Parts: sequence; C-alpha cells; structure tokens
Amino acid sequence: MENTLRVPTMAELFAAGKQPEVLFWVGCAGSFDDRAKKITKAFVKILNKANVSFAVLGTEESCSGDPAKRSGNEFLFQMQAVTNIEVMNAYEVKKVVTACPHCFNTLKNEYPGLGGNYEVVHHTQFLKQLLSEGRITMEGGQYKGKRITFHDPCYLGRANGVYEAPRELIQKLDAELVEMKSCKTRGLCCGAGGAQMFKEPEKGDKDINIERTEQALETKPEIIAAGCPFCNTMMTDGVKNKEKEASVAVMDIAELIATAEDL
Amino acid sequence: MNYLPQILFAIILIAGIGFFAKNVLRLRRNINLGKDVDVSDNKPQRWKNMAKIALGQTKMVVRPIAGFLHIIVYIGFVIINIEVLEIIIDGLFGTHRIGLKVLNTSIYGFLIGSFEVLAVLVLVAVIVFWIRRNIIKIKRFLSKEMTGWPKNDGNIILYFEVVLMCLFLVMNATDVQFQELESGNVISQYLAPLFSGLSKSTLPLIERSAWWLHIIGILIFLNYLYYSKHLHILLAFPNTFYGKLIPQGQFKNNDAVTQEVKLMMDPNADPFAAPAEDAPDPEKFGASDVTDLSWVQLLNSYTCTECGRCTSECPANQTGKKLSPRKIMMDTRDRLEEVGKNIEANKGTFVDDGKQLLGDYISHEELWACTSCNACVQACPVSIDPLSIIMDMRQYLVMEQSAAPSDLNNMMGNIENNGAPWPFNQMDRLNWAEES
Ligand code: SF4
Ligand code: SF4
Repeated sequence: MENTLRVPTMAELFAAGKQPEVLFWVGCAGSFDDRAKKITKAFVKILNKANVSFAVLGTEESCSGDPAKRSGNEFLFQMQAVTNIEVMNAYEVKKVVTACPHCFNTLKNEYPGLGGNYEVVHHTQFLKQLLSEGRITMEGGQYKGKRITFHDPCYLGRANGVYEAPRELIQKLDAELVEMKSCKTRGLCCGAGGAQMFKEPEKGDKDINIERTEQALETKPEIIAAGCPFCNTMMTDGVKNKEKEASVAVMDIAELIATAEDL
Repeated sequence: MNYLPQILFAIILIAGIGFFAKNVLRLRRNINLGKDVDVSDNKPQRWKNMAKIALGQTKMVVRPIAGFLHIIVYIGFVIINIEVLEIIIDGLFGTHRIGLKVLNTSIYGFLIGSFEVLAVLVLVAVIVFWIRRNIIKIKRFLSKEMTGWPKNDGNIILYFEVVLMCLFLVMNATDVQFQELESGNVISQYLAPLFSGLSKSTLPLIERSAWWLHIIGILIFLNYLYYSKHLHILLAFPNTFYGKLIPQGQFKNNDAVTQEVKLMMDPNADPFAAPAEDAPDPEKFGASDVTDLSWVQLLNSYTCTECGRCTSECPANQTGKKLSPRKIMMDTRDRLEEVGKNIEANKGTFVDDGKQLLGDYISHEELWACTSCNACVQACPVSIDPLSIIMDMRQYLVMEQSAAPSDLNNMMGNIENNGAPWPFNQMDRLNWAEES
C-alpha cells in the first residue's frame, strides 16, 4: 500500500507546461481542520488511485469568502472572490471539484458575476462520474448491509438541488441507506451555515446540531454519512454529546469509498 | 317598474369596488417604495412557476392534510364566485337568475348544483381549519407573532367563509321558483323544508335578504383583504411570478461593492484621488428599513399568508431561538404599512418618525440566529424569500455599523489577514499533503 499522496500544485504543472483535468479546491476546513484534513486526504487517495490528473492551488488558495458574505461583509467576500478568480483565471482553470459545499456554492453561483466562470462540481458528483466511467470500482464488502443515513448539507441539497449523487454512492457500497424523517428538500441544517460555525449560537433551548443528531440517531444508523466538513464537525460533536461515538461513526462519503477500497 | 333596488345595488357595487381600487393604489404605492430590481429575465420560467405554484398549489400539498383542505376552499372560492357574476347582472338589470334565460335548465342546474356541493365542502374544510387553529392548537399557529390581530384575522376569515356559504345555500333554499325547477338544488332541497312553514310573503323576504347579504358580504370581504393575510389570494400570482429563479444558495452580489472592489484592485487607480465633485453620495450598504429593500421583497411581505410553514422548518426556531422567518415577513409588512400611513398623513412625503425596521421591529439577536439554510424559502407555498431580508440586514449591521458579534469579527479579521477563518498562516495551507 502506497502511503505518500501525490498532490501536484497548479504552479508546478504550469511550470512544466501542463494543464490538469481538474482543479481540486481544498477549502479552509479541508486545509486546516484536523478532522477535515482526513477527508481531503481520503479524496486525494481516490484521485491518485483513479489516476485523475488534478492539481491544487496550495498556498495560492485563499478563503472562498462564503463565511464573510453570509456574515454580511460583502466587501471582504468580493475581495476574496476577485483575488481567487485572478489566480484561477491566470491558470486558465476550466473545471473545479471541491469537498466543501460552501465553496462549491460560492464558486459555482457567486463567482461568475465577478468574472470567474468554471464548471464546479461537488466531490460526490465527481466520484459518481468516476464510477460510471469505470475509473474507480467500489467493492463495498465491508459496508454490506450496514445502516447508513445521509445528512444533506444545506448548500449541496436545497441550495443547489444535489440530492442523488451522495445517495447513489452509498447504495453502491451495498449499504442500507436509511433516511431521516426530514431529508432532502426538508433536511434540517446541522447548525453551522451562515457563519454560525464561527460564533456561539444565539440563546435557545437546544443547539441545532443536537437536534439534528437526534434525528439521525432515530434511524439507528451505524454510520452517519456527510458531504461537508462543517456538517461533519457538527454531527461528530452531536454524537459525542449523546455518548454514542463508540457505536456510531460520522464519515464523509469520500472516506467511505477510500476505506472500502482499502486506500 | 321600481328601479330603487337597481340603483341601490349599483351604488353599493360602485362603492365596494371603489374602496377596493383605493386600497390597490395604496398597495402599489407602498410596494414601489422598494428599490428597483431587474426581474425581466426568463419570462417562460416565471409564467410556469406562477401556473404551478400559485394556480396549481404544488407547494401546499407538501403538508397533505392542510394542502388538501386548502385546495377545496380555494377551488370552491374561485368557482362559487362565478355565481357572483349572475348576482351582479341580476342586481344591475333587475332580472332574476339571468342564467336560466341564457342557459338551458339542465346546464344551469348542473352549475348551481356543483356550486352547492362545493359550498358544503368548503364549509367542512373551513370548520376543520377552525378546529386546527383553535382546538387542536397546531404549533405553528401559536407562536408569539400570532397573537392579537394576526390570530383574530385567521379566524375572522373562517367566519366570513361560513357566513357566505350559508347565505348562498339559504338563498337557494328559499327561492321557490328555483326549488320548483328540481334541477341544481342538490343540497338546498334538504334545507328548503326548514322554511316550509313560512308564509308566501316571508319566504321571498328571506330569499332577498340572503341575496343582498351575500353580495354585500362579498364586497366587504374584498375590502377586508387589504387589512388581512388574505391578500395572498391576489398577490400569490405576481409573487410567484417574481420569485427567485437562480439556485437558492446563490445570494446576489452587491454591485456598489463590486465597483469599489474593482477600483481598489485597479493598479492604475489613484488611491488618494479626491472624489469627483458630482460624485453621488456613497451608497448605503444593506438594509435598515423597508425602503432599503427591493420592491420584490416588499411584495413578499404583503403576500405572506402567515401560515408559518417557514418558521416550523427553521432550525433556529425549532431549537428555541428568537428568529422566526414568518415574523421577519410580518414585521416588514407592518413597518411598510406604518411608513405608508406616515406618507398619507404628511401629504405624500415621509417624515422621519425616529423608527426603522432594524431594532424597532427586528432585533439583532433574530438576525444572528440564521444559518442561511434556505429551509424557510423552500417551505414557503408562495415563493417568499425571508432569508434575503435577513442577509440584507446583516449586511447593513456589518458594513454600516460594524456591529457583528465579536466572534465573527475575529473570523473576518482572520480571512482578511491570512485568507482563512482561523488564525492559520496561508503559507501552511498545503501542509496536510505532507502529514501522514
Ligand atoms: S434560512 Fe435562516 S430563517 Fe430561514 S429557515 Fe434557515 S435559519 Fe431559519
Ligand atoms: S413567508 Fe411563506 S411560509 Fe412563511 S408564513 Fe409567510 S407565506 Fe407562510
């Protein structure tokens, strides 16, 4: 088993006169958050295994600006966006994949108006495509029959109408996909969106992630699958709060696939 | 011939419609207080949305019981109002049941018969609605914002419907000629015996009273709309037409900010240049009052049915936070009404009343509780976007007042300095690739 990741940067490829098939936008959580870094690495392992030609921006990447915009700081958001767009346009980026629904939404929807036009896909969509093109195979043996529930990230689901890609991948693992009572268009937020991740919640009777974790636990899952680093943190905290971490794991779809493939 | 009833009828009709027209103009003026937005794009999709969501009520049936009952009341209401056409013609020309003269008896009977059946269905649905509101006490009708007028309004409309439907049936039951036709009196034939003991002269009296009260009731109802959440029966159509077409997650980019950012990024721009003499006042960022919102957002506020579907799906509200997207819409409408009245009282110009939407109606705490999850937008049966108002107000708080919670200020400071919401160095962004 190969342990080192191959993570080319745009700058390296550019210097060698090469253009990758896709830019992997890692995002702040994926770069810095300890839990999210595992997701990033799992995704890269799959990309490496499938021999996908990709690159990252590395130190040239900066926050997409989503939390700034949703906090109300439009100025900071646009400064971030314009800076990132300048970098990406200089590298003539055409296609972007990201494991963060917030970056996905911002790059896909809010960058075009500021001069950044790319085909942007979420990593679950990208993985689904790799699968249907036969570039990855999924055995799924170790997940066979396991109860997995999928928590819809607001910025993937409602915000952009992507409900099926993550679900199809779970089903391909031969797992038993169990739905929460509020899912898809009626999925409940994990509580992190709109920059809530970075502040204390307002006064109330309960934290939102606890409410959502309770809904997830009602399905008696062995795994709560997520498709967003922030949802992942929120649900992990929720499961810990309910003292269920020994029996229920919170995993990103990319991690599910990477482990199934023994990567 | 005695023209008195006809003249009286014409006067009542003109007065009723006249007052209504006045309210429509008021509504227009208030909505036009909002900023202009371009919604001229993608007309075919807009018509489609209107047909599906307003006419077809596709979003109502997400909640099957309420949705089904609402469709009955809605269809009943629209179709039974065809009868109003006959009443108006009869009233103006002194005829009686003009429909019988122009249609053959069986067709007329079929029409009136269907109206009678619908009237009964509406009665049943309305009673169930009343029970849901007042006896079962469904949670979304009990929130803080649903006390006082909004609560009464919800019930008054139901009483209105009951009275109107009963008057319609009584009017048919006591119409001897109509009953003798034996066509179309599917329901009223069972009510007719209730009046059989009455003399030949009282019966027409009751029939006439029911007839007059029915049409007067409808005119009153028409004029009640403006003061009620029931305005949605009209505004749902334009509102779904002008509803958001882009992905729900896409928030508009502020063009004024884009101008500034461009200027800052332009290497040729002189940062110390004095602004041109005739430069317009710097644009106010975000919204602190209704006049900072767009006219579509203001139209949204008048269209709100106060159904609370948004609030019941809101994660913040579900976990006991102060935020309620329905209240955001009701506050916007109430403040807009206040501004409108101010303008009327001051001969057409707004005189500062020391109040605004932010603070006097909507608190900071409500605004900062939102996760921007779009559940409210998704849930709304008439395409209202409460989230856009929340975001515009946050923009005002941050860009005009620097009044963000301190945690968020730290986060934004980090983005500004290191390009990430946490205090990590941008140069370390790729370190993960080296860690095992
Ligand atoms: S977007 Fe905000 S107001 Fe709307 S449901 Fe979500 S948290 Fe509530
Ligand atoms: S905004 Fe929409 S969902 Fe919310 S109360 Fe008004 S009509 Fe109902």
